[in-house]
Amino acid sequence: MSKRRPYVRPMAGWWRKNPFFVEYMIHEGSALFVAAYGVVLLVGLVCLAQGEAAWNGWLAAMKHPLALLFHLAVLAMISYHSWSWFKIMPKTMPPLVIGGKRVAPAMITGAGLAATVVASLILLGLVWGMTR
Amino acid sequence: MGDDAMSRPLKRSNAPIFWGLFGAGGMLAALLGPMLVFITGIAAPLGFILAPDAMSYANMMAFTGHWLGKAFVFAIVPLFLWHAGHRVFHSLHDVGIHAGMVARLVCYGGALLGTLIVAWALLLIGF
Amino acid sequence: MARTITMEVLRYRPEQDAGPVFQTYEVPFTDDMSVLQGLLHIKDELDETLSFRWSCRMAICGSCGMMINGKPALSCKTFLRDLAPGPVRIEALNHFPIERDLVVVMEDFIDKLERIQPYIIPKEPRTLEQGEYLQTPAQLEKYEQFSSCINCLLCYAACPQYGLNPDFVGPGALALLHRYNADSRDGGAAQRMELVAAEEGVFNCTAVGYCSEVCPKHVDPANAVNQNKTTAAADYFLGFLKPKGSRT
Ligand code: SF4
Ligand code: FES
Repeated sequence: MSKRRPYVRPMAGWWRKNPFFVEYMIHEGSALFVAAYGVVLLVGLVCLAQGEAAWNGWLAAMKHPLALLFHLAVLAMISYHSWSWFKIMPKTMPPLVIGGKRVAPAMITGAGLAATVVASLILLGLVWGMTR
Repeated sequence: MGDDAMSRPLKRSNAPIFWGLFGAGGMLAALLGPMLVFITGIAAPLGFILAPDAMSYANMMAFTGHWLGKAFVFAIVPLFLWHAGHRVFHSLHDVGIHAGMVARLVCYGGALLGTLIVAWALLLIGF
Repeated sequence: MARTITMEVLRYRPEQDAGPVFQTYEVPFTDDMSVLQGLLHIKDELDETLSFRWSCRMAICGSCGMMINGKPALSCKTFLRDLAPGPVRIEALNHFPIERDLVVVMEDFIDKLERIQPYIIPKEPRTLEQGEYLQTPAQLEKYEQFSSCINCLLCYAACPQYGLNPDFVGPGALALLHRYNADSRDGGAAQRMELVAAEEGVFNCTAVGYCSEVCPKHVDPANAVNQNKTTAAADYFLGFLKPKGSRT
């Protein structure tokens, strides 16, 4: 009879055992904040469709200190999402070759973050221009 | 072992649909998310940088009344939800909750429901 | 006096242990000693019952992978001097069943290796008279990095998705699959797609990226997996355009 008795180790708590995985779980966790923000916008949109009174109610709620605190937290986590999204990007896209040379991963991450800054400024400028 | 390994039936994954929506939403959230949160959650409510009535009813109706504004809202809100739904679905699996169909229903069903509500609200606002 | 370091080694002897237990050894070491040499010292001088795999001692055979202080690494490429003062924790590679001590069961990976069809499936069959297949340096570069894999399985030990779902083909085998797909001489991408796009395939990956961090040969398996997500998605959506029945 075979003496083989392979031992399978449990996976429970795997993500706590390595800083790399802790970071992964935090950036995956940013999705909860993205979802919450999506729901806030969704509720706002429904209020808007319902008419002026409902919309003003939503606006007033957005001014509540707790709402502001919530949005500060969302801002932090969604910024973290941007950072981690572009940090993984070099690993997830086909190699980018420009002028016969492969673009370094740090360049790709940098370009993504630069695009975020530019897009953000354009967005802010547009909103500022349209609502002035 | 080789032979039955090669002949084991394979089922095609439907993930490309959800993965595609996840990627599109993730990209939008990465590029525009922080500034959007800043605008709608901090700057406009506080009247900081932006005018205090930046998100007034008239302004918002004009914005969502225009087809471009509609397209923007219809891209942002549903894709954020699909992005988050997909990630949460995988995170549940990651932490050992292999809820299968229930998790799918909550994560993707929620995103789908959100998408339908956005479409309905935008139609209600009209053109 | 030689310096010593404490090595805590995860033991598992199926005929006597209910489960794995740590055993501690005091190992004298010099600056030029690898973790593998530390283990060899244990086996030669302290405890001949300790089991582990090794062969080349120069980071090319891929047999000596283990968890060193919780991280997957080649024990012949990791030096005790860098881990001093210790203690050093040595465990069998994560996510694989333990056969005995530091030896893991590899059948699953070998099975997967077969399933990816790891050989060139010629795009255009050539006779001997027609001579060799020609390849430009640019064509070589497309797959060269992915051909450096030494099957050490560190990436599997780094991949939580493989740990959570052992049906997942996993980083190393998919990197090797990509090595053949990306070869200009190969025409097998379509027939490998069945596995790439299957429920066991690339979409199990959530882009953790740790596989590429630990790979001793800079294969970047995460990149291979994620490039194939894109091709699998394209194939999936194009499939709807193709006439019925022709989908693979
Ligand atoms: S891809 Fe790297 S880590 Fe994975 S088996 Fe090959 S050499 Fe080892
Ligand atoms: S003994 Fe060959 S890779 Fe370490």
